[in-house]
Amino acid sequence: MKKFILGFILLAGVLSVNAQSERYMAAMKKNLAAVDSSATAQSMLSLSDNFERIGNAEKSQWLPFYYAALMQVRYGFMQGDMSGADPIADRAEKLLNKADSIQPKNSEISCVKAMIATLRMIVNPMQRYMEQGTLIEQNLDAAKEQDATNPRPYYLKGENLKNTPAQFGGGCDAAKTVLNTAKEKFASFRPASEIAPNWGASRVDMLLNECK
Amino acid sequence: MRRLLFLAIWMIPAGLFAQVNISGKLTDNKNKPLQGASIALVGTYDGATTDSAGNYSFSTSEKGNQQLQATMSGYGTYTKNVSIEGADIRLDISIKELITELNAVVFTAGAFEASDKKKGTALTSLDIVTTASANGDVTGALKTLPGTQQVGESEGLFVRGGTATESKIFMDGNLVNNFFYSSLPGIATRGRFNPFLFKGTVFSAGGYSALYGQALSSALILESTDLPEKTEASLGLSVIGVNGGIQKLAKNKRSSWGLTYGYTNLAPAFAVIRQKQDFFKSPEYHELDANFRIKTKRGGFIKYYGYGSWNKTAFRASDIDSATLQNAFHLQNLNTYQNINWRENFGRRWKMFAGLSFSTNKDDIENELQDADDKKVPVSNPADGYAYKNFQLANRAQYAQLRIVMEKRFKGLNAVRFGAEHFYSNEKSTYTLYDGSQYTAAVKDNITAAFAETDFYITKDIAAKLGVRGEHSELMDKFNVAPRASIAYKFKDNGQLSFAYGIFYQNPERKYLAGSDINLGFAKASHYIVQYQKTADQRTFRSEIFYKKYDALYKTSPNSNGVEVASSNNGNGSAQGLELFWRDKKTLKFMDYWVSYSYLDTKRDYLNFPGKMRPNFAAAHTASLVIKNFVVPIKTGFNATYTFASGRPYYQLKYDNVQQKYLVEDKGNTINYNSVGFSLNYLPNLGKKDSKTFIVWVLSVTNVLGQKQVYGYNYASITDRKEAITPPSRRFVYIGCFLSFGVDRTQDAINNNL
Repeated sequence: MKKFILGFILLAGVLSVNAQSERYMAAMKKNLAAVDSSATAQSMLSLSDNFERIGNAEKSQWLPFYYAALMQVRYGFMQGDMSGADPIADRAEKLLNKADSIQPKNSEISCVKAMIATLRMIVNPMQRYMEQGTLIEQNLDAAKEQDATNPRPYYLKGENLKNTPAQFGGGCDAAKTVLNTAKEKFASFRPASEIAPNWGASRVDMLLNECK
Repeated sequence: MRRLLFLAIWMIPAGLFAQVNISGKLTDNKNKPLQGASIALVGTYDGATTDSAGNYSFSTSEKGNQQLQATMSGYGTYTKNVSIEGADIRLDISIKELITELNAVVFTAGAFEASDKKKGTALTSLDIVTTASANGDVTGALKTLPGTQQVGESEGLFVRGGTATESKIFMDGNLVNNFFYSSLPGIATRGRFNPFLFKGTVFSAGGYSALYGQALSSALILESTDLPEKTEASLGLSVIGVNGGIQKLAKNKRSSWGLTYGYTNLAPAFAVIRQKQDFFKSPEYHELDANFRIKTKRGGFIKYYGYGSWNKTAFRASDIDSATLQNAFHLQNLNTYQNINWRENFGRRWKMFAGLSFSTNKDDIENELQDADDKKVPVSNPADGYAYKNFQLANRAQYAQLRIVMEKRFKGLNAVRFGAEHFYSNEKSTYTLYDGSQYTAAVKDNITAAFAETDFYITKDIAAKLGVRGEHSELMDKFNVAPRASIAYKFKDNGQLSFAYGIFYQNPERKYLAGSDINLGFAKASHYIVQYQKTADQRTFRSEIFYKKYDALYKTSPNSNGVEVASSNNGNGSAQGLELFWRDKKTLKFMDYWVSYSYLDTKRDYLNFPGKMRPNFAAAHTASLVIKNFVVPIKTGFNATYTFASGRPYYQLKYDNVQQKYLVEDKGNTINYNSVGFSLNYLPNLGKKDSKTFIVWVLSVTNVLGQKQVYGYNYASITDRKEAITPPSRRFVYIGCFLSFGVDRTQDAINNNL
């Protein structure tokens, strides 16, 4: 009987761990599905909050904080008033630092670092391009080095180039090369899990299409 | 056991289905709904984000005692214990806005501040080098801001009825004694320092902080840059010189060092652009600077900057007393400046700023009276005033300063700063007359100062800065106590109304102390400033009115050798005026412009003035328009400035031996001053892929329209002639090319424009 009880407790323990992890996966999947179907700034913010709560509850998972930061950056770009984006970038950085301390030197995290720098730069481009521009390049380079198969640093670089006037060395011609590399990398990219970062491919197609 | 198992199975679905709804409304302490705040049951997945009406609502299956938390950046965090039993919960929450740098009122009265962090309006290093009339000179660009005079016959900042010596320049807190190259008669010299050394500038036209002193009018506070972004070498080539340098950033990005050398020779430029003076030795400069910067473990910095310059020039100018004679003026200067400073965080919101600086200056000046064939005219009869035109002057000076400031920050932005500093100055000049007789005057001073200041935020919209400064001068053996205060109030629409008040003291200039044994005190100025400023969305409007009262200004009279020396503190004066400023970076893409206007009404009785009169450096109306436009398709920036100043008064003052004072013998007003400046920056490699060299071509032209400019008049001392003081040439053209080698920054330059 004692053995049985012990076995039951152990089983319950295993079950609860599984339940926990199932609950985690379910919550992540639900929110990731919502990411794909959301288009407003406000929804980005509320998704960021959702991910942050999951992160705070789980403590040892880097993905919730990673997504929370990513959603915060997207919110920053979408909310309209660039002059007020500094506190948003600060908040995104705080969230990303939590992901970074759980999962250091991660290529995906480096990509979001570059995005935060872009957000900061746009607040006051003339004064900040030196500092933030260098950070963007450094983080995208780090992302490529940390995981050569990750297509997102190429995609982000390509998008930056596409949004840059040709006179400044940007434009479609310059962007296409990088975006094609991104496309190739997306084709062979396999995310580590159902909830691992796997975004950007459709955006690359869209950008390439615009550059036809 | 079976019962236990049953119980467990029974409980799971119960837990799943018994959801409780938690909802409510979030407002700030003024009952305004807050959108975008995060509401969470701490440690669970459950929560929501407030909508535009401040409402939130979510369901949870958690049970029992939980913590509900509301967070929003810029606001205090709200936490409340809730007990979830089964019934829905309605909880309205109110959180208080925190006082942060982003939302709080800023002390702006009297000051133009520029740095990236602050939402200031003034000039960054990039603004300075792209201001057409500035010619890459820090103070040149400041002359397009309200409050400054368009004085072209001598260097320095003449602010609100104050002389250039009443404006002091500080680098990382420490005074820079010879910020400008040594004076030449009738020619304004430039500032010595490259604008790119500085990441922040605060130009205060009055009412500045108790942390600074010994300036009756104005303080220009420059903050040097921290670490460079990357390792880089640079090379500059122009028609007037070359310079090269390196900045090396350590691999761990925690320290850097740099070295620059520059050589300038104006001979080629003067060969093409005719100068009024005959430069028989064209201005020639050797300059070396070095720096290191170390980031400390606690996020502080130790920074060193060292500068050394050797330069010489010599020119002939016609003598004012005689049509046939000329003066050959010769100057050699050796200047060094070294500054090491340390700022550190000590935890518990304590900060320290410490600085030590040391500088030396050596001028060797010689003037020779020459005939039309450039031969020395030997005059030895002192009764004949010409004799005194042959002289030599050797100036030697050493300065040192030690300064420590502590800062403790409290809740919100409240802070207390206090500290002390000590200045040492040792200045000696030797005057050699035509007959070889020498007169030496040495003045040594030790000024010790202590100061304290507090920033007190009553709410985020109203704040006061109160300060006091005490100084002791060993030379005069006198104390002063100078209170400073400013109050700032922010309106709902982000407009700001500020007031500033302060008393400012200054020691006499060394040149008026030579041989003077009069018991002197500090000269004194009181400032009263009211300002309205509104900055929104890349546009700034600023207006200021001020009243300034001068007491105890220095009066001079000739001593037994006929040299003007300070004789009393009986001078006085006042200045009042109105200033307007508008800057707009938004309306037109890639275009930035600003307009400034100053009205100044000032009179003073000082030095040898016979009574109160408008000083010769003060124009009543001054206005500037600065336009910068970057044309993307041709990678070129076009910059233009237009500056206007109404005519300035000039006087002939003659000493009357009977009345034993100076009298106005003749006076007048100069013509209005008009100047159009133009400059162009071409960046050919902008956007070139894989380019490792960044190139900037610069072309600048002063006084494009060749308008006649008269700064004032000089009167002959022996005969009755008068002569207009005009620029050395009507127009000056500069062409240069700057290259930097390193990782190409162009890509970054771009994103920024989007």
